[in-house]
Amino acid sequence: MAKIDLSHIKHSYLPYPSRDEDFALKEVDHSWEDGGAYALLGPSGCGKTTLLNIISGLLNPSHGSILFDGHDVTHLSTQERNIAQVFQFPVIYDTMTVYDNLAFPLRNRGVPEADVDRSVRTILEMIDLSDWAKRKARRLTADQKQKISLGRGLVRSDVNAILFDEPLTVIDPHMKWLLRSQLKQLHRQFGYTMVYVTHDQTEALTFADTVVVMYEGEIVQIGKPDELFERPSHTFVGYFIGSPGMNVMPIELDGANARIGSATVALPGGANVGAGKTIELGVRPEYVRIGREGLPVAIRKVEDIGRHKIVRAELEGVELAAIVGENEDIPADPRIRFEPKGINLYADSWRVELGA
Amino acid sequence: MLELRNVSKTVGAETHIDAVDLTLEHGSLNVLLGPTLSGKTTLMRIMAGLERPTSGSVWFDGADVTGIAPQRRNVAMVHQQFINYPSMSVYENIASPLRLAGLDRKTIDAKVRKAADLMKLTPMLDRLPLNLSGGQQQRTALARAIVKDAALVLLDEPLANLDYKLREELRAELPRIFAEAGSIFVYATTEPSEALLLGGNTATLSQGRVTQFGPTIEVFRRPNDLLTAQTFADPPLNTILLDKKGNRFLLDGGVGLPVPVEATSAPDGSYTIGFQPHHLSLAPAGPDAVGVTARVTITEITGSESFVHLAYGDAAWVMLTPGIHTFEVDETIEVFIDPRHLMVFDPAGRAVHSPPLAA
Amino acid sequence: MEKTWNNKAWFLVLPVLLLVGFSAVIPLMTVVNYSVQDTFGNNVFFWSGLTWFEQVLHSRRFHEALLRNLAFSFTILAIQIPLGIFIALNMPRKGIGVPICLVLMALPLLIPWNVVGTIWQVFGRVDIGLLGRTLAAMGINYNYATDPVAAWVTVIVMDVWHWTSLVVLLCYAGLVSIPDAYYQAAKIDGASRWSVFRYIQLPKMHRVLLIAVLLRFMDSFMIYTEPFVVTGGGPGSTTTFLSIDLVKMAIGQFDLGPAAAMSIIYFLIILLLSWVFYTVMTNYDSGR
Repeated sequence: MAKIDLSHIKHSYLPYPSRDEDFALKEVDHSWEDGGAYALLGPSGCGKTTLLNIISGLLNPSHGSILFDGHDVTHLSTQERNIAQVFQFPVIYDTMTVYDNLAFPLRNRGVPEADVDRSVRTILEMIDLSDWAKRKARRLTADQKQKISLGRGLVRSDVNAILFDEPLTVIDPHMKWLLRSQLKQLHRQFGYTMVYVTHDQTEALTFADTVVVMYEGEIVQIGKPDELFERPSHTFVGYFIGSPGMNVMPIELDGANARIGSATVALPGGANVGAGKTIELGVRPEYVRIGREGLPVAIRKVEDIGRHKIVRAELEGVELAAIVGENEDIPADPRIRFEPKGINLYADSWRVELGA
Repeated sequence: MLELRNVSKTVGAETHIDAVDLTLEHGSLNVLLGPTLSGKTTLMRIMAGLERPTSGSVWFDGADVTGIAPQRRNVAMVHQQFINYPSMSVYENIASPLRLAGLDRKTIDAKVRKAADLMKLTPMLDRLPLNLSGGQQQRTALARAIVKDAALVLLDEPLANLDYKLREELRAELPRIFAEAGSIFVYATTEPSEALLLGGNTATLSQGRVTQFGPTIEVFRRPNDLLTAQTFADPPLNTILLDKKGNRFLLDGGVGLPVPVEATSAPDGSYTIGFQPHHLSLAPAGPDAVGVTARVTITEITGSESFVHLAYGDAAWVMLTPGIHTFEVDETIEVFIDPRHLMVFDPAGRAVHSPPLAA
Repeated sequence: MEKTWNNKAWFLVLPVLLLVGFSAVIPLMTVVNYSVQDTFGNNVFFWSGLTWFEQVLHSRRFHEALLRNLAFSFTILAIQIPLGIFIALNMPRKGIGVPICLVLMALPLLIPWNVVGTIWQVFGRVDIGLLGRTLAAMGINYNYATDPVAAWVTVIVMDVWHWTSLVVLLCYAGLVSIPDAYYQAAKIDGASRWSVFRYIQLPKMHRVLLIAVLLRFMDSFMIYTEPFVVTGGGPGSTTTFLSIDLVKMAIGQFDLGPAAAMSIIYFLIILLLSWVFYTVMTNYDSGR
């Protein structure tokens, strides 16, 4: 395992990039700690797979360098970097048995057959395919094939890092649950450095200790799951994490009060925001309380999704989502209030700290 | 009204669809929920007329349509892959089924614009599908399915290839679009959360059998049997096999879990108890809550909540609890089961008791 | 998988059946008719049973021609399949090179058989042909009109030149359908170039290879025009393949009976060998 430093990495798929927009990956300068579990979270086209391929060496960055434990590996091949990667769609060697598929990365590196056998059996046990060891891999279901791909990623114990590129896309929800927690357990057990790329917030937050949120080729926030949830540093993070995402309302700031149309919300503190900026209030649906006190709202729709209800409401012409517990009722004359600890203020989409 | 009467489909020795009876009303949204290979796609293909059932019949508005080709059935289908004509503009793509139907230019234009508006595609009408994002490509396919006012619209995991957030947004819009179109909608998915967000009716499928069909929230809260409950649970349903003695289920160490009133008359013996992850809690949720000691296997954090994976005897449970908790692996903690939300299944898997609908 | 079930669809197939009946079955029956009769001219025929078949099957001339055919087909398969795979593997996957390579590859396929024959006939001539003169200048004794070895080499090189492209194009189509992730995974797994070929490329190509082998076998087994144009079956009868022999017999000597019997035997051999090829290769496929 190794510490991975990305030093001023930029990448463009164009031969002569000039403008900022030409870069699929704008400047990234970041360190991945040895043994950390990281998630790269973002929508398609945000540059997360580009960044992953730069780490694995499948792609050479246009600018900057990569260091593994302080050694520059920018110009080393994937093999020389000694990393493992699991792809979105199952990659299996059709003509080999399940066992041989798992043994392949080890045999290619000349590992003694006795050690190969031991490692492969451990992995087979873990991915629950021991009974299938002697079967041809191509007759398996998509689930099983992806488990083999995962297994091939985990079979080498000496890798510098294991990279996952949306590995659970083709997996059914129940199996997703199992595999995800297994991966996390493996991480706890063996301390691999793991980088996990996904567009699925649940996968990212549950898997990783540190989540890196990317948007249009840039890292917009790096933080622990609860930080991203409570204090999104950009409205995009607020929107992208959480379901439904954060409510973002345009406001006018008046000292420690926010005005939404004719309604006024008291903020936990005042803020110093420069003139001419767009000011917005961000409150997660989890921190919107519906009851008999507060600002009057019109309820548009209530979606009962089992463990809670999502209430779609309208406040001064602004649409809002609120989460109401399974056993809670919505009063006939509904009013809403924002929990002070869930209030965030944004100027030109970036978060502003509220003074006490 | 679309009716499947005792429809079965076997291929060789394999049963793909097993004696399915299903009645779908006009203007309804019907979710087919089940894991991969549970028969969702085959069932849809039978509804569309792409496949002939081995036995049983398909009826549409009182007429037997078994064996009638899909071209003559007035159906539309949307697939998981984004299927559009690559060389045609979005406008032409949406217009294509209308042109085939031989409508006049003005009617076509009006219908295409209305469908595009509904799908928020108006600014992209002149562009080619491949220059659009995945979400927009799938909107185009959806618009094409809806524009011809088909009596039956089949959607086979239409959002599966989209990003999580796009999926969430489109999913929120779909019920409104469906309500406006007034056709029979059938929507296949593997994800319980998707069924819950869509609402409407849900049929749970397992190995080619429809295990239950009814209003979505009812199937979720009051499953008829264990299989349905397990199919319709994400995170997985927590279960445990317990002995019932009088009005108590016996837990480790002689602790008794109160048997729900409706189930007290059931004979003593062993029952499978099921409950949702959010009905396990760190503090008693009510006066009847019963505490048990379980071992933590792993903790996952989702932002505002934590999933705590637990081992209780042989049972593996998940607790979904508000707040951030970082328990050590193998730490033992006390968790509380709320008996108001218990599902009780007899040894054959039939529900003896389900929690009330409006909890 | 069942698609739709509408019995009217059979009417659509009817014209094709009629056409096939008219163009294939009727001529074939004519041949069958000839093969069991004898004539002394004047359009008077009488029944001869299986005499012609026995005669053909026992004739040395037929055995030799058949052996030549088999030798020819296996030689060109042994050259064209590996060569085709090799070229396909080395063709560019993207960029400007792709259309250029594809056009270059397709060129020989567009040239009619007899033109190919004529080109090589002239090309290889010792007196005026570029190839023939060059070889002669290098001191190599090359004359396809007199030397059986030179004649065989010419016919084989000509066929390789004409048809390897087909194998290349089929293999290339198989190769480009392999997703990038496979190559990336192989890199990460530390696979050698040979392993990539053996475990990724070959298994993914193997369906198109089956088609390539079948097409090339059937086609080469029926070869006629090119050797006819270049060598005329000579020198002697060293390049007289079944088809050439058949034409000699039917048109040159006007032995309609034996020629008809021979063409039926010829047809059955092709059918049998194609079936054997197909079964072996598909069994191999499903057995793995």
